Amino acid sequence: MRHILIAIAAWAVLIFLVAPLLVIFPLSFSSGNILTLPVPGYSLQWYRDFLFDGRWLPAAWNSMIVGLATMTLATGLGTCAAYGLNLSEFRGKRFVLMVLSLPMVVPLIVTAASMFLAFSVVGLTNSLTGLIVAHTIIAAPYVVITVLASLRTFDPDLMRVALSLGAPPLTAFRRVVLPLILPGVASGAIFAFAISFDELVIAIFISGPGEVTLPRQMFAGLREFLSPTIAAAAVIMIVLSFALLFVSELIRRRAERMTSARLKTPGGPPSPERNAGPRKALR
Amino acid sequence: MPCAATLFRKPAVGAPSRRTRLSWLLVAPLLLLVVAGFLVPIGYTMTRAVDNAEVTGALPRTVAMLERWDGNGLPSEQAFAALVEDLRGADDAQAFGAMTRRLNFELSGARSVMRATRRQLDSLTPPYAESLPTAVPDWDTPQLWLLIKTNSNPFTASFLLRALDLQVTPEGQIEPVPHDRAIFVDLFQRTFWISLWVTVFCVLLAYPAAYYISTLSDRGARYVMLLVLVPFWTSILVRTTAWFILLQREGPMNAALEGLHITDAPLQLIFTRFAVYVAMVHVLLPFQILPLYSVMKRLGPQYLQAAASLGASPWRQFRSVYLPLTMPGVAAGAVMVFMLSVGFYVTPALVGGLQDQMISYYIAFYTNQSINFGMAAALSLLLLVFTGALVAAARRLTPHIGPGPRE
Repeated sequence: MRHILIAIAAWAVLIFLVAPLLVIFPLSFSSGNILTLPVPGYSLQWYRDFLFDGRWLPAAWNSMIVGLATMTLATGLGTCAAYGLNLSEFRGKRFVLMVLSLPMVVPLIVTAASMFLAFSVVGLTNSLTGLIVAHTIIAAPYVVITVLASLRTFDPDLMRVALSLGAPPLTAFRRVVLPLILPGVASGAIFAFAISFDELVIAIFISGPGEVTLPRQMFAGLREFLSPTIAAAAVIMIVLSFALLFVSELIRRRAERMTSARLKTPGGPPSPERNAGPRKALR
Repeated sequence: MPCAATLFRKPAVGAPSRRTRLSWLLVAPLLLLVVAGFLVPIGYTMTRAVDNAEVTGALPRTVAMLERWDGNGLPSEQAFAALVEDLRGADDAQAFGAMTRRLNFELSGARSVMRATRRQLDSLTPPYAESLPTAVPDWDTPQLWLLIKTNSNPFTASFLLRALDLQVTPEGQIEPVPHDRAIFVDLFQRTFWISLWVTVFCVLLAYPAAYYISTLSDRGARYVMLLVLVPFWTSILVRTTAWFILLQREGPMNAALEGLHITDAPLQLIFTRFAVYVAMVHVLLPFQILPLYSVMKRLGPQYLQAAASLGASPWRQFRSVYLPLTMPGVAAGAVMVFMLSVGFYVTPALVGGLQDQMISYYIAFYTNQSINFGMAAALSLLLLVFTGALVAAARRLTPHIGPGPRE
């Protein structure tokens, strides 16, 4: 009896988590103009509106550019930093780690306002460049964490072996280290893209009218006029998030199989917390 | 590179390590970016909270002249002339605007006086100590002059004081602001209480859900966990949008309530505190479920079985055994949820009314709308201190549990 009650409570919570997202789907295919259920009929008009309205597609394009640039920069810089941090026990390492993880702890609104004030001094506001720099800073710590985690199972002797056999350091890194830590690098990269693609608060502060991103367009749309096009945009973003989650789960499972095949003993069983990947940047 | 291999050899004790140097070299690019693009901006913002350059910047001569004025009666003719000269030379509209906004912040009405003065400039003739007060009577009292003199100091505490609903009188006394303008203490309390309630609801909802998932088989848990992970990966804006649509007056929620004959007229759901709680709990719930689940999963059912075999009642099993053992998960999630809600902007801004807004709303308002960077910076500084104190307290209370990602 007790177990049934707990299960009912749990399912109520789980439905509460998912139902609002599911409700958006029929609404976005509505043939009517009002966002209400039941929908009068089904049509693709709001998706057509998304594509040809002239505001949504450029916004999606901007988000794509910023997302991909952020992903590249954050993954490159984050992987380098993680490898450096893993390489030796140098003085000040804890401090460096603390500084690198600060962007995850400081409230995003404070980060956004500060970046706006400082970036406007050097002319980085109202530009995609400024937004990419800002997103790289908040996304890179997540890359550092995922790569550091995958380096923990990496045997540093392998690098030494490669070098003693005469491989140039970069080649050794590319052909020996990188394939082994690739799952960590890849899930960090996906994360960095997702963080940038979803990010709204910094975009509100830093990007100007010429660089509207998809979240900003949605935010503006909600405040002006609630059209079902917003529901269509929301569905597109949900599907994209789901695809990213799917890819990162695939990578995680492959990595788990790889790890358990490679090392039998050290490290203990994979922690269930890895399920979540690193905590998602939010707000 | 024949010697490359030596780089990766263990260094001799005490020798300057090449590996250390390589470490720094690899860490440096990201570290520099974070310092230049994050730490410096935050530091700069903190200085903006006490920065007071506007008046001196726009009225340099006046400020210099007022230095010799003791604050009694009206200043000398030289000060009047300096003011006229400063305003005539004010071709920088931005500096003038910043100065008038700054003065208006301290004394409402000061901006219109300044603007009126500027419009009258052409008609003014020396001696200005007579013509200026005739044209704009406000210059006949020491109040405005005192205000300019006080704010010629390069630093000011008035933004930080105002963020605590305090102000400095022209005589230099600190006093509470008039009742109708005292909004910030209330705002901080509101932010705290909303965050606290959101955290409580998250813990209460996450506990049974996480427990249930932890009792499932690995395979089952993997699928059920998707119901947590999909919302977790969906952007906060999209989830807030969902609630924004659901809670509309003609929206699905009201339609459902009427369809079930629970209500017979649409309720005002959106732009209420209720909407803020529902949407924020929905957005933050995964942050509570995930750490709680990982603790429960590691714990397994053995402890409860042991307690049961010793004859403990189900309530006793929960209270004396399971709850204390899962406390680390509760604490980790709760700290995370509370910290995130304190700085939340998007969700309350969209689904809440003006009475439900938190500190973040005012930081955005002062930065983007009313262009009062001093006030935005002061609120940011206080929010940062508030969050920092919270992290420190959480570390103190629950060692090894801090906010931010743990592996």
